[in-house]
Amino acid sequence: MRFLVDRGVKYLMFACAMVSVLVLLLIGLFILREGLPAFRTVGVGELLLGRVWRPKEGQLGLWPMIAGSVLATTGAIVLGVPVSLGAAVFLAEVAPNWLREIVRPAVELLAGIPSVIYGLFGMIVLVPWVRNTFQVPGNTGYGLLSASIVLAVMILPTVTSVSEDAIRSVRKEHKEGSLALGATHWQTIVGVILPAARSGITAAVILGVGRALGETMAMIMVIGNSVVVPSPLNDNPLTLFLRQARTLTGNIAVEISYATGLQEQALFATGVVLFVLIIAVNSLARALLSRRAA
Amino acid sequence: MTERLLSAYAKRATCDRSVPCAPPASTHLRRRRAVQALAFGALWLAGLAGVVVLVGVVGYVLWTGAQVIDWEFLTTAPRGGLAGEGGISTTIVTTLYLVGLTLAIAAPLGIGAAIYLVEYAGEAAKGSGLTSRLVSVARFGVETLAGVPSIVFGLFGYALFVVALRFGFSLIAAAMSGACLILPVIIRTAEEALKAVPRSYREGSLALGATRWQTIWQVVLPAAGPGVITGIVLGVGRVVSETAVFYVTLGGNAAAPRSLLQGGRTMALHVYYLAMDTRAFDRAMGTGAILVVTIMLINASITWLSRRYTKRMMGNG
Repeated sequence: MRFLVDRGVKYLMFACAMVSVLVLLLIGLFILREGLPAFRTVGVGELLLGRVWRPKEGQLGLWPMIAGSVLATTGAIVLGVPVSLGAAVFLAEVAPNWLREIVRPAVELLAGIPSVIYGLFGMIVLVPWVRNTFQVPGNTGYGLLSASIVLAVMILPTVTSVSEDAIRSVRKEHKEGSLALGATHWQTIVGVILPAARSGITAAVILGVGRALGETMAMIMVIGNSVVVPSPLNDNPLTLFLRQARTLTGNIAVEISYATGLQEQALFATGVVLFVLIIAVNSLARALLSRRAA
Repeated sequence: MTERLLSAYAKRATCDRSVPCAPPASTHLRRRRAVQALAFGALWLAGLAGVVVLVGVVGYVLWTGAQVIDWEFLTTAPRGGLAGEGGISTTIVTTLYLVGLTLAIAAPLGIGAAIYLVEYAGEAAKGSGLTSRLVSVARFGVETLAGVPSIVFGLFGYALFVVALRFGFSLIAAAMSGACLILPVIIRTAEEALKAVPRSYREGSLALGATRWQTIWQVVLPAAGPGVITGIVLGVGRVVSETAVFYVTLGGNAAAPRSLLQGGRTMALHVYYLAMDTRAFDRAMGTGAILVVTIMLINASITWLSRRYTKRMMGNG
């Protein structure tokens, strides 16, 4: 009897293990099934590169949202990666033990704060600050800059902890060799440790990109959600970042609950674009990380 | 690797090749030290930035949120309407329902999957081609699922549970979508916990004549207990803080659901609706403060659990 149970349980556990594969397959299947008609009706080129999104009139170009997602993510990387990398080096090499015991849990908790809280904080504190600091006509505060700042904070925990691991896994001999040659600790960090941890740090940044691309609610709350391809407000190209925009994720969340027909299909197509983008980005990061482990 | 790095470094160092490398002149050393001091200053700033942001955001939310929180705020239902009046009682209830339901679906599946991947997959990998391929596919599935953005889970849940299965915007649709979201979290943590149980435990139990399943159920799982529970608590945190998935599957009614097929709004969703639809920022902050406190409690319990776990493994192992 107990051997029968033993055998049965094994198959039950096997079934459980297959559930995640099933979910993944179903996600792919459902999003493709609902999204492909849009690719077919509108055309791949028109859907991805069309600059106008007016679902009511059948104009379904995702380019404004693709540009919005890419720009907000770029901004987040530019603002967030230097700080995250600095924090990772600090935690791995410089921080006294007692301080590390404070900083590391704080950074972890930063990852646990719900995205609506970041969005709310962004709306109440950041958006007015951006509006008042950059006195440019047309600057509402809502836009790519606010979104980038919020995203920079949201990717900080991921980038910091993955790069810290990479820095820690650099072999001690590298570091000691450099120090023995008379290099200062800082020279050792820049000349030896960071180059040796390069692939892990790259993976950390790519994982950060993945997180930034996938973020939804905080983006809706601070980016303004207008569906035009962002362009600079005046001749200073940097004012581009004061422009309102919309992300791929935001596009789905804002419109899905009332969309029907071709518009709904176009939203699923947005999901397809996002899904493919994120899987590509994450696979790249995983490949880099496993190459390092090997 | 070492040679390449060191030679690259040597090229950068300024010692003349015609003369044997002399100890650097003292001015040079002083400059290098100054550069280092400057650089370390920047590193300190970067390291403390995370703490400053955390204290800033959490402090601000708690401080401004505390102004509207009182007993009435916690115990009355949101009245809806354009001013976002009322409290948050029903959103707390809905959050609890949703957490319970999501875990009831995801925890058994996740732990089962982890048990298979740790306890049985090794033998399967040696066995027939099909099972071993399925095992690696399962691992790939968990890894990939962990990286899928939550709005895609929402979109999927909307298409499958809300529309195709005709659940409508409801507790059950949201819980099933949420379960898909936290499944990878639970599987990965449980896997780590099971892997950490020493082999000798299993061998001892098997040698006493217990079957595989008896060994797993009565020896391995209890030993991995706190680690497995950590994964579940992490899942609770994800559900409490998640908005995107539930925004497109739970509907957003202010009233608490009275059946599985009714919708509702969680605390996180309530924050969103208050901020975006009614611009009732003070109440949004109040709800946000409760949410942040909940998350901090959850995090604290995870820390406590993992300490206990390490202690137990050290003590018995």
